Amino acid sequence: MNWQHWIIVPVVLPLIAGAACLLVERRAAGVARALSIGTTFVLLAVALYLASIAASGTVHPYLLGNWRAPFGIALALDRLSALMLVLTAVVAIASVLYARGGGARGAHDAQGLHYHALFQFQLMGLNGAFLTADLFNLFVFFEVLLIASYGLLLHGGGAARLKAAIHYVGFNLAGSALFLVAVALLYGITGTLNMADLSQRVATLGPDQASLVRAAALLLIVVFGVKAALLPLYFWLPDTYRAAPAPVAALFAIMTKVGVYCVARVTTLIFGGDAGVATDVAYPWLPWLAIGTLALAALGTLAAVRLRTLVAYLVIASAGTLLLAIGLGSAATLSAALFYLVNSTLVAAALFLLVDSIASGRGESDDAMTPAPLAYRAAYGTLFFLFALEAAGLPPMGGFIGKALLLQASADQPLMVATWSALLVSGLGMMIAVARAGSTVFWKAADANRMQVAAARPAYTERLAIGWLTFAMLLVVLNAGPMTRYAEATAAQLLDRRAYVGAVLGAQPVPPAWTPREGMKKP
Amino acid sequence: MVALIALLPFAGALLLALLPNERRRLSAWLAGVFPLTGLALALMGAPSIFAGEVLRWSVDWVPALGLSFGFRMDGLAWLFALLILGIGALVVLYAAYYLHHEDPPARFFQFLLLFMGAMLGVVLADNLVLLVVFWEATSLSSFLLIGYWKDRKDAREGARMALAITGAGGLALLGGVLLIGHIVGSVQLDAVLAAGATIRAHPLYVPALVLVLLGAFTKSAQFPFHFWLPHAMAAPTPVSAYLHSATMVKAGVFLLARMYPALGGSDAWFWMVAPVGLATLLLGAYFAIFKHDLKGLLAYSTISHLGLITLLFGLDSPLAVVAGVFHILNHATFKASLFMAAGIIDHETGSRDMRKLAGLWKYMPWTAVLAIIASAAMAGVPLLNGFLSKEMFFAEALESNARPVMGWLLPVAATLAGVFSVAYSTRFIHDVFFNGEPVGLPKTPHEPPRFMRVPVEVLALACLLVGIAPGLTVGPILAAGARAALGAPLPAYSLAVWHGLNTPLVMSFIALAGGVALYFGLHRFIDLHRVVQVPRGGREAFMFLLARTVKSARDLTLGLQNGSLQRYLLLLVAMALTAGLLPFLLGAAFSATPGPSTAPSTAFILLWLLGIAAAFATLVEFRRRLLALTVLGAVGLVVALVFVYLSAPDLALTQLLVEMATVILMMLALNWLPQESLPERSVARRALHAIVACAAGLGAMAAVWLVLTQPFDSISPYFLQTAVPLGGGANAVNVIIVDYRAFDTLGEITVLGIAALIIAALLHGRRPPEMQRVPGPAPTERNAHPLMLKLVTRLLLPLAVLVALHLFLRGHNLPGGGFIAGLVLAIAMVLLSIAQGEQWVSERLRSDFRHWIAAGLLIAALTGVASWILGHPFLTSTYDYPVLPLVGAVPLASASLFDLGVFLTVVGGTMVMLTAIGRLRPAAGKGEA
Amino acid sequence: MELMVAIFVGVLTGTGIYLTLRARTFDLVLGLTLLSYAVNLLIFVMGRLTVGRPPILDGSHASTLANYADPLPQALVLTAIVISFAMTALLLVIALVTRAETGSDHVDGEEPQAREERR
Repeated sequence: MNWQHWIIVPVVLPLIAGAACLLVERRAAGVARALSIGTTFVLLAVALYLASIAASGTVHPYLLGNWRAPFGIALALDRLSALMLVLTAVVAIASVLYARGGGARGAHDAQGLHYHALFQFQLMGLNGAFLTADLFNLFVFFEVLLIASYGLLLHGGGAARLKAAIHYVGFNLAGSALFLVAVALLYGITGTLNMADLSQRVATLGPDQASLVRAAALLLIVVFGVKAALLPLYFWLPDTYRAAPAPVAALFAIMTKVGVYCVARVTTLIFGGDAGVATDVAYPWLPWLAIGTLALAALGTLAAVRLRTLVAYLVIASAGTLLLAIGLGSAATLSAALFYLVNSTLVAAALFLLVDSIASGRGESDDAMTPAPLAYRAAYGTLFFLFALEAAGLPPMGGFIGKALLLQASADQPLMVATWSALLVSGLGMMIAVARAGSTVFWKAADANRMQVAAARPAYTERLAIGWLTFAMLLVVLNAGPMTRYAEATAAQLLDRRAYVGAVLGAQPVPPAWTPREGMKKP
Repeated sequence: MVALIALLPFAGALLLALLPNERRRLSAWLAGVFPLTGLALALMGAPSIFAGEVLRWSVDWVPALGLSFGFRMDGLAWLFALLILGIGALVVLYAAYYLHHEDPPARFFQFLLLFMGAMLGVVLADNLVLLVVFWEATSLSSFLLIGYWKDRKDAREGARMALAITGAGGLALLGGVLLIGHIVGSVQLDAVLAAGATIRAHPLYVPALVLVLLGAFTKSAQFPFHFWLPHAMAAPTPVSAYLHSATMVKAGVFLLARMYPALGGSDAWFWMVAPVGLATLLLGAYFAIFKHDLKGLLAYSTISHLGLITLLFGLDSPLAVVAGVFHILNHATFKASLFMAAGIIDHETGSRDMRKLAGLWKYMPWTAVLAIIASAAMAGVPLLNGFLSKEMFFAEALESNARPVMGWLLPVAATLAGVFSVAYSTRFIHDVFFNGEPVGLPKTPHEPPRFMRVPVEVLALACLLVGIAPGLTVGPILAAGARAALGAPLPAYSLAVWHGLNTPLVMSFIALAGGVALYFGLHRFIDLHRVVQVPRGGREAFMFLLARTVKSARDLTLGLQNGSLQRYLLLLVAMALTAGLLPFLLGAAFSATPGPSTAPSTAFILLWLLGIAAAFATLVEFRRRLLALTVLGAVGLVVALVFVYLSAPDLALTQLLVEMATVILMMLALNWLPQESLPERSVARRALHAIVACAAGLGAMAAVWLVLTQPFDSISPYFLQTAVPLGGGANAVNVIIVDYRAFDTLGEITVLGIAALIIAALLHGRRPPEMQRVPGPAPTERNAHPLMLKLVTRLLLPLAVLVALHLFLRGHNLPGGGFIAGLVLAIAMVLLSIAQGEQWVSERLRSDFRHWIAAGLLIAALTGVASWILGHPFLTSTYDYPVLPLVGAVPLASASLFDLGVFLTVVGGTMVMLTAIGRLRPAAGKGEA
Repeated sequence: MELMVAIFVGVLTGTGIYLTLRARTFDLVLGLTLLSYAVNLLIFVMGRLTVGRPPILDGSHASTLANYADPLPQALVLTAIVISFAMTALLLVIALVTRAETGSDHVDGEEPQAREERR
């Protein structure tokens, strides 16, 4: 099999696995679970393989149905998509392992129907969104990953999740409608859907279409802002992430990044530096909104009275940081963003799992920031402390490197002062919030802790999941050098839109294997 | 070797983390070994340091950031390393005896070593970013140490405060460091220290300086950031002895010394550093006199001495720098020993309150002697180390008449500070060891265990030796340190005890005499024990600020995020509107040139009017839901007809079928939802929503119209041209959805399937009793299953199967296809189930439709994969035209196989949805039994 | 005619959004359905308006946009219709299950006054 077919595997494999899970689930839940876990590991292997190919620096198109771009749907594998695929797989492994472990009410994945099918479909949606080079196809994969996430969010039921679901679904349905409007307008103006082709045609539009195309572009960015938790569109996020089952919340850590990814993609490929009348359409709106997001998220961490809420705001803060870096749009800030993206995603996932594990050990008081008996305080406390610092982007953890890179990169930007104060002050706010939370949950009321807490040891898969993410984070920090180089190369590739366009539009279909019988073409 | 020194403590911490808390002695020994080894290593480096070499070790880490993981030991770093390791070792020994048996020792020593490592990192880091990393690490590990007695409120509060203040400073420092890096082009210390001139000349010099100083001042508790330090006294005494003598607070002044060659030597430096130092010096000394708590007194004296050191660096003269470095050494020794002495007293008497303590001389003479030596050194009594650096300070104070005001202000202030420090030192001695008998102590005092005293003895001895023979003892160390701090050849200075009778000496004697007089004066005339002189402000301001921030954060967050979906959706619409309008408002050009518009036929106009009327009807009547539903159906119908009129038969068909399915679904749902929606009270809100909705409507209208009046150049002709020759189908639309864009369709049916799964999962095991049903007859129940309908629907099913098959087969060439066929079949079956009751159907076709979904998805996906066999990309279709009887030549494209998958998924999905809801119907409620 | 279509889309959008902003789940669903009609029409007409020339290629005319309606937007709308159907169904079910569990059909899962009391 030609290696290029591997590009589609991250989409097709989970689809098949999901369907298979569905078939066997009723008779043998264990098999479905094993299948799901196995598939996830295979996905990581495939993703790593693809990353090794993408690292060469060329964009690899894949023409679905063997139709030439822009007429058929094309996928494109470049450094960024490869990075996202790997990241998704890494988080997915942690999530699927943790799901096997027990909450108070038995294993997470056994608390309702179809967990693993939905999980696999979710992965399909994510991978598809990261790979596709077609705007409408991107919409389709958004819907796939969204509807799967609705299912996962509702998994296990309960009033809280239902309430959250109405908000989440309702809000995102409106978002999807907007997405369609934006795509349709772009088609109406340019007459194409392929992103490479769009990039070309938008750049050559006349001044008459300027406002129209810019409006469409901004609409698109608003849509992505809904996913990426951009001010003022993130208000749905904290409640949703809090209500979601832990392994799902961990997977959601990627979901916000989908939005971020899309913003990065379109603002570089289609509405970037040399996009004719649509040049730099998101500047300076995006940076300012991102700064606002960052500030409010930092305040949110201070306001939080539950650990899950705190974590949710840390996620929003990291999204804000990323959007700020992308919005500034220089090669340096982009690569800083890409480096920061990896760690912030990993740590967000890790935190959701950790907090859930802690909460399940605290009985009634769950994840409330109140003193309560808790077993393994030292271990939990240390991990929470480290993860939270990482998320806040403070030394000595890896998130700090990303932030420092961003500070350095924005030193000669027009928005330097705003950027620096936003990053530093929000960092301080988050540090204080984390210290408050930690000292209350892990220190206060030690006498309550003195009395022996008979808490079940967290299931080994839970510890495995958290350990796996920790390991990944350490790996990133220790290989910060190579990572930054990869990030730089990726940023360079993003900004070189012509290479992408050339590769996708230049791709040739393979010659047909046979020709239909002559004269029978028409009935 | 340098790296080893820096990293050993971390190794120790790691080791201790694995150790169970019970192993007291072992953990103490371990904790002791590491600093001692480090110390030995450092001393081995002495010769090369004295020779003025710089020891280096480094590996690349993040080149992009100029951040290497490297260490660099010059005289200054070496001097600090000695302090950190030496006093660290002593503190470990001391703590081994100090810790209460309830306190987990392993944890304590682990934190201590962590902190030690961080501190060494700060002084040894070979580039500024790494320095910041370790800097924050000291803040964090000190947070853990101060909060060690975690069940005490003041401990937690003190820890948080220290972290907030020093951490904030750290972030400022980070900013400053990166600015310097931006200026110099490198954050490597060597480069930065060499680039002093460049930095000072740069426009960003002052911002960078401010940020760096913020870091230094917060760390070494300079006014107005001093207040965290006294509260950090909640820590166990060994911690205080370590943090507030040799380490934590010294990090700040270390930074001043380190950056002096790069940032020092300018008026900005002088006016920012010196006054702060001076203020801190005086305030600290003054408040120290009135503290009743031993540690409190020591805390404020620490603040004051740090002020002194800061002031010395601020004076900005080579000799002052030498004096500063010297005083860093001396202060570390005597302050550490004093804290330890205080700890011993606390330990053996159970109190630190000088109003209770008194006359301990006869209970613990030996401790008393040591404490007296140390505090005499603190007071600057001749023949003790404190005296020497004080002298140098006085001398410098006199020298600095170059600048206005300072000429007379400094000497006076210096003497005054001297007076104060003598006063509180005297109080320490007199109040604790003499001054009558102790009152109401928990324990009867006695000497501490032998080895608990050793550290104090060592340090006190150091004070003496340095004080008597400075040249022999500390001379070379100081020289090495000072040279590195200056980054220039040393100025001429002598460390002699006796410089002859000169002004500094006079000042010293004034200070001594004045101090003693002041203390006894206060003691005699206003009983010190009654004076309660608590410095207000710092802590209060901090707490107030924090509380306010948190409160406003809460209010703001809850205010914005009021949990109302309506609010969130409104914001979304508003954002969309803004996004759509901005470009036009910003006045980028646009034009609308109506092209050759097709004139509408009367039919279309009528249709149009009907549609608009229906839409508004829905709007008006939405609260009467059944009615609204009917009107909505009408709107859908109009849309379908518009599709027909505008040459989109496939769309029309699909729209109609989906319309039916949707309406049926909503009908069923209305069994479980109120028939009427309650009116919303707030008129204002409704008005606002109406306005926004109108705006959005106008926006959409404008957008459509603008686009329709633009020239259009689409990729579509390609489809028209290749649909038949390459796609093998005459129905371009169908060819697109099963071939050109089959991938979309694959995603689309996946969505449908997933939706069905979720619905099934949601309704799984729910039975009418659980569902609190809305009173009143359910819409779908009104004359349930009339005979007519029964008959019709029985015929309907086979008919539907035929129609579906036909539509499916012809789909590739004429309107139809798997999707439409699937819907036809599904809807037929649903009508049947409504007519006959869900049981009737499920008895006849007992099959889990979820498996249809799975099968459909698998078929579709595997069809796609199959094309790999021919070496083609995913979903490549091949086709042929076998001739079937009746139907004629059938386009048998592999696309049709894909279409089969679509068909199965659609039937399965729709059936799962509708039956899952239908099953809830009370008509089918026999399941209750 | 372009203008008429534009107005129709505008009306559907406006009414749809107003209903979407209402406080009851069923009204939300109604609104989103109207909105999806609007969006589907919008996508469809982006291929410009063509009367009576469906893209069924009978070979009698040259295969150009002059003789046939633009098939691409039609295909897109097909996909969009299906997806919005799935989503609507799901939201409906969530709505009725929520009402079963919380006893309220308010979009926030509880009656406003209940929320006030909780505050």
